[in-house]
Amino acid sequence: MVEQNLGDKAHPGATRPPGAPPPDLTARQVRRMKRFDNPWRNPKLIWGAGLLLSIVALGILGRLFWDTDLVFTGSGMPRQAPVGVENIRGQIGSWAHPLGTDVSGKDLLALLIVGAPNSLYVGVLASLIGMSTGIFLGFTAGFVGGRTDDVIRVLSDVMITIPPLLILVVFQAAYGDISLTLMALLIAAFVWQSPTRLIRAQVLSMREAGYVQMARLSGASTGHIMFREMMPNLVPYLFGSFIANVTTSIVTAVGLEVLGLGPQRIPTLGRVIYDAINSGALIQNLWWWWGIPTLLLAVMFIGLLLINLGLDEVSNPRLRRL
Amino acid sequence: MGRIPASYMINRLLTLFLTVFIAATLIWIIPRLSPIDPVDVMLGRMAAGGGAIENSGAILTQLRESFGLDQPLIVQYLLYIKNTLTLDFGLSTASFPTPVAQLIGQALPWTLGLMLVSLIITFIIGNLLGALMVWENTPRLWKVAIPSAMVMTAIPPLLSGLLLMYVFSSQLGWFPLTGAYGLNVEPGWDTGFIGSVLHHGFLPAMSIVLVTFGFWALGMRGLMITVQGEDYSVLAKAKGLRPRYILYRYMIRNAILPQVTAFALQIGGLVAGQVLVERIFAYPGMGKLLYDAILDQDFPVIQGLSFVIILMTAIAVFLVDLVYPLIDPRIRHGRD
Repeated sequence: MVEQNLGDKAHPGATRPPGAPPPDLTARQVRRMKRFDNPWRNPKLIWGAGLLLSIVALGILGRLFWDTDLVFTGSGMPRQAPVGVENIRGQIGSWAHPLGTDVSGKDLLALLIVGAPNSLYVGVLASLIGMSTGIFLGFTAGFVGGRTDDVIRVLSDVMITIPPLLILVVFQAAYGDISLTLMALLIAAFVWQSPTRLIRAQVLSMREAGYVQMARLSGASTGHIMFREMMPNLVPYLFGSFIANVTTSIVTAVGLEVLGLGPQRIPTLGRVIYDAINSGALIQNLWWWWGIPTLLLAVMFIGLLLINLGLDEVSNPRLRRL
Repeated sequence: MGRIPASYMINRLLTLFLTVFIAATLIWIIPRLSPIDPVDVMLGRMAAGGGAIENSGAILTQLRESFGLDQPLIVQYLLYIKNTLTLDFGLSTASFPTPVAQLIGQALPWTLGLMLVSLIITFIIGNLLGALMVWENTPRLWKVAIPSAMVMTAIPPLLSGLLLMYVFSSQLGWFPLTGAYGLNVEPGWDTGFIGSVLHHGFLPAMSIVLVTFGFWALGMRGLMITVQGEDYSVLAKAKGLRPRYILYRYMIRNAILPQVTAFALQIGGLVAGQVLVERIFAYPGMGKLLYDAILDQDFPVIQGLSFVIILMTAIAVFLVDLVYPLIDPRIRHGRD
């Protein structure tokens, strides 16, 4: 459904034989058009995935080549600047701590190596659980209809209004220290609504589509219709929703950590920023302490955004441009 | 312009009521399941403040009674719902005996003011830029610059706040680092105070605007692409109307309406984002209050704040839903 000639999309009403490139294109544009023939080979998608994979690689390779025990207090001299940069006491950063150290001597590179995958882990786990719940509820609502549909619809309408951060603040303030996995589970309780709504709407519109009617008439089982007929058409939407939820989950997790409510004993990027703000890193000009985790988080979010924009273009050919 | 159908109204009201009810219930249940006893925490604070406390056992019982903790759970719950609906959240334990409602009342205007200002700015800038991304007469430079700026959307306001704070207050010193107004001005309706408030509020507002305009721009872009292909746009162009006139009166006008509903879904995230921005800038709104309460383990304040913020969100969503059919006559509710 998406492999249409883009030239025709760009110039509606043009009378050309299908498949032939429009005459007024440069060689570069023709090349790009050919590349778009496979919608999944989208530059935004590739860049976004690349950014995320490099963070994952940092987590994996970092553990091999760098000592992660340096995340503990007193691993080095406090307030060391990154390599080649001078700190406030005139000491120049060395390769012993390439990204510098914080006020209690924790090595920042080690903190990032351990912390960045933790953030991704929370995001992906929460989003996976939310997604599965959403797929289940969305299909149920769309297929069963009636009272069940009403309950699911109202519940997701209600829950989508409640900002997860605020309920989780109450939770974590009441329970104290929690593990990463528990945090992911809690966040998952707030990210099933949008996939549920999305899938319900799609299922409702697809139910009347010709090919689904056809499958039903030819005696296909409900499971077959769901997974073989409908699911493939939902894939770009599901991916998009999944990535959006990963972003929401990470933002929520980092928010909790910055409020000082995340896991207390495991290094996370939000926790590093929390410590930095609390110790007055901004006033002491220890920019690497909060700046580097901030930058890493920004890269992570930009990667996720690019993937999402790419997926939008996959599922909505109108957004594609030459 | 039309009336809002009763069924739609009832539906929306029911959602509003359920949202508030579920939020209140969650906020009540969660701490009950926790092993930490709020009275213990409070007593611990008293002990830390004034040395050992004699007959603390008696005080414990007394406190439990005064908080109604000796009642059966269902009575406690009903009492809580009644109190919450009348916005009575009890007394703060950290700044005992100030009522929580009073603390929230002091923080609320700051939060609402900051939110309203940043929302209006971001809505205008975002939609305008989104429209320019699609418009055919946009200068080439803008066509390149706007999508690149869109990358900022990915970053939560917390992080952009940190960056702005570093560059503009810590390094350049153009704006104050924290607070909502200078220490040397008295609150009042004079130019000195208002100027100070604007000066202090600029960076927090900017850190929200900088990362949220992209959301509107992207939504607007999608809508504009649709509008661009509509017959009325083509006709307007064929009639030879000025391009700028077509952009404002034909395209943006038709594309902007669905953006209002998108807003309803955004509110929750915006509120959460702003809470964190206030926390970094030590802006005396709800975010800072929340952060202080977390540090002090001031449970009534945390509960009250969470509830008020969720209540505000739910009401905002409700209002957007109500206003929408009024401003977009094409929508007829009650059919779906």
